[in-house]
Amino acid sequence: MSGRRQLYRGARLIDPESGLDALGDLLVEGDRIAALGPAVAAADAETIDCAGLVLCPGLVDMRVQLREPGAEHIESIESGGQAAAAGGVTTMVALPNTEPPVDDVAVVEFIARRAREARLAKIHTYAAATKGLAGRELTEIGLLAATGALGFTDGVKAVADALVMRRVLAYARSFDQLFIQHPEEPSLARAGEVTEGEIATRLGLAGITPLAEVILLERDLRLVELTGARYHAAHVSTGEAVAAIRRAKARGLPVTCDTAPPYFVLNETAIGDYRTFAKLSPPLRSEEDRQAVVAGLADGTIDAIASDHAPWDQDSKRLPFSSASCGIVGLETLLPLALELYHTGRMTLIEVLRRMTAAPARILRLGVGRLKPGRPADLLLFDPDRPWRIETDAFRSKSKNAPFDGRPVAGQAIRTVVDGRTVFERR
Amino acid sequence: MREYAFRHRHLLGIEGLTPDDVNHVLDLADGYVELSRQPEKKRATLRGRTLINCFFENSTRTRTSFEVAGKRLGADVINMAVAVSSMKKGETLIDTAMTLNAMRPDVLVVRHPESGAVQLLSEKVDCAVINAGDGSHEHPTQALLDALTIRRRKGRLGGLLVAICGDILHSRVARSNIALLTVMGARVRVVAPRTLLPAAIEHLGVEVFHDMTEGLKDVDIIMMLRLQLERMHGSFVPSTREYFHFFGLDYAKLRLAKPDALIMHPGPMNRGVEIGSEVADDIDRSLIRHQVEMGVAVRMACLEILGRDRGDNGPALA
Repeated sequence: MSGRRQLYRGARLIDPESGLDALGDLLVEGDRIAALGPAVAAADAETIDCAGLVLCPGLVDMRVQLREPGAEHIESIESGGQAAAAGGVTTMVALPNTEPPVDDVAVVEFIARRAREARLAKIHTYAAATKGLAGRELTEIGLLAATGALGFTDGVKAVADALVMRRVLAYARSFDQLFIQHPEEPSLARAGEVTEGEIATRLGLAGITPLAEVILLERDLRLVELTGARYHAAHVSTGEAVAAIRRAKARGLPVTCDTAPPYFVLNETAIGDYRTFAKLSPPLRSEEDRQAVVAGLADGTIDAIASDHAPWDQDSKRLPFSSASCGIVGLETLLPLALELYHTGRMTLIEVLRRMTAAPARILRLGVGRLKPGRPADLLLFDPDRPWRIETDAFRSKSKNAPFDGRPVAGQAIRTVVDGRTVFERR
Repeated sequence: MREYAFRHRHLLGIEGLTPDDVNHVLDLADGYVELSRQPEKKRATLRGRTLINCFFENSTRTRTSFEVAGKRLGADVINMAVAVSSMKKGETLIDTAMTLNAMRPDVLVVRHPESGAVQLLSEKVDCAVINAGDGSHEHPTQALLDALTIRRRKGRLGGLLVAICGDILHSRVARSNIALLTVMGARVRVVAPRTLLPAAIEHLGVEVFHDMTEGLKDVDIIMMLRLQLERMHGSFVPSTREYFHFFGLDYAKLRLAKPDALIMHPGPMNRGVEIGSEVADDIDRSLIRHQVEMGVAVRMACLEILGRDRGDNGPALA
């Protein structure tokens, strides 16, 4: 398809997949990237001056909750799409923990239709690994995959039963499908709300051992070895888990993982005096674990950074700590919080961007996340240094639950482009 | 009496109080012990003030103690029991706070099953709030009454060796007592099976023991904690029989403590589970009934401090 031509001129082009990091121009024709290089001539194209800005593939966020269908007053595909666009996210994958859950092809089709109507970020969905997310019977993994489900997971719940897990992995393997785990042993986490230790003890909150993560992960890794299925561990948050994944990768297992900004920019002290906005699952960890997550990102053990966007309304958070819901909205803070890794000198800019573009796109086997002629023109234009303060009230998301209000950050999306169309522009 | 600036608007916990704060409450409470032993017990200190007891969790003794304390100071006392079923998920807590606030009470006394809930409520009201127990977090008036009980018998708190025994994991009484006793210079031991101890408890400045014979050695005070019924059978300890054998207080274990060691329990007791009847009822050693008496005096002191000094211009004590 041809059509409109746009020339992004004088940008710092960064494409992690090819290793490109150089000044240049990029030409979009219709919904595709047509050309890029040090100087692209396109006399008749609309020109966008990108001096001082980075142009990279639009972010691929592999873990969000959009609450539609079922809780549209908290977030909808439309409002989540707006939040994504403002955050520079051009592709995102929703968890199946909606109401009804995504365990039937009709729900996959419904989400696809609503995403098409919204015409914002591209929205995919994972499907439930077990019916009703109940952890007992397999879903129609083959049919759901054929309908467009990008992977299989029970969302914010682990598949606890080892035999069910073995069958999910073995069956998913038959269809070459990705399984995504919430790696936390449920029986160890059942009674807890924060990581066990001095803070939990002082606050009188029930603690969860941080080993709950690696205990389930190590069981899963054995089953991955047994079945050969592709396995992805979500929101890795402890040094032990990072080490286990590092060992598994060294042995050649088909294992990947992601983490989310709260686990590398915050530690358990953010809970303060029962701050429910800092209540997450898995819970925030010790400073030592936070540093291990940063190290895992820096050495590539952690493949991807996902927002783990978990919107909640006030009624779900203005509660005593143990009654409050778990999660933080993250779509609009993903970029600046991830850029803290760059600004603090822990990672290069191209490596930070890789974890939000090429890496998740590869795990998900999507053709996005690259600056390459012929690929979809899903682009993010951003200023990596622009200082600003996070204002949760200004979020486009319907929910404002984030412990980052007032936090000074650097780096902000200037323009977000999906299939050649500008879906967000900051003036 | 000497004016003392108590720099807290609420009493949400012991953590954050200074030794001077604690002594101020205890000194005032000493006077109220004497008053309460007179036939004429009533003062007008809080006349015209409204105290609401707001209990989201069943309690007879603490609620009654606050009620008696409030009435002795001349306050109007209203008891509000919030049905446990209607607030199962805590969703009405802020609404409840707003509703109560609109009735313009001067002091709210709040008990809630969830840690931190009383603080959350205190942020939504204009009056003083006293935490009468929140989850496994704090129960400050219990620690203050325990301190008064000890101080009146031993003449001091500093330098004493105190063993807190039993279900430390779930106990708000333990946390408040650890905070109070350590800030006052006492040495604190906790004695419990490992399943009833929270992680990193030693960071609270206590010595940890898993064996009563070691833990009770040479102590001045033994504080026994209640073991909740639902934790007795197999979940945290195997049986009440085994628990009493190893962790229940009887004369055999008591002999390991100092000869003049005293026994305390916040009540209600499970006789034959954490404490044997003969020890509990030993009038020479057991302070359990004194604790109840001190409770009223300490709560009078807390109500006076937080309820009296409030002018018409809102919160007087920031």
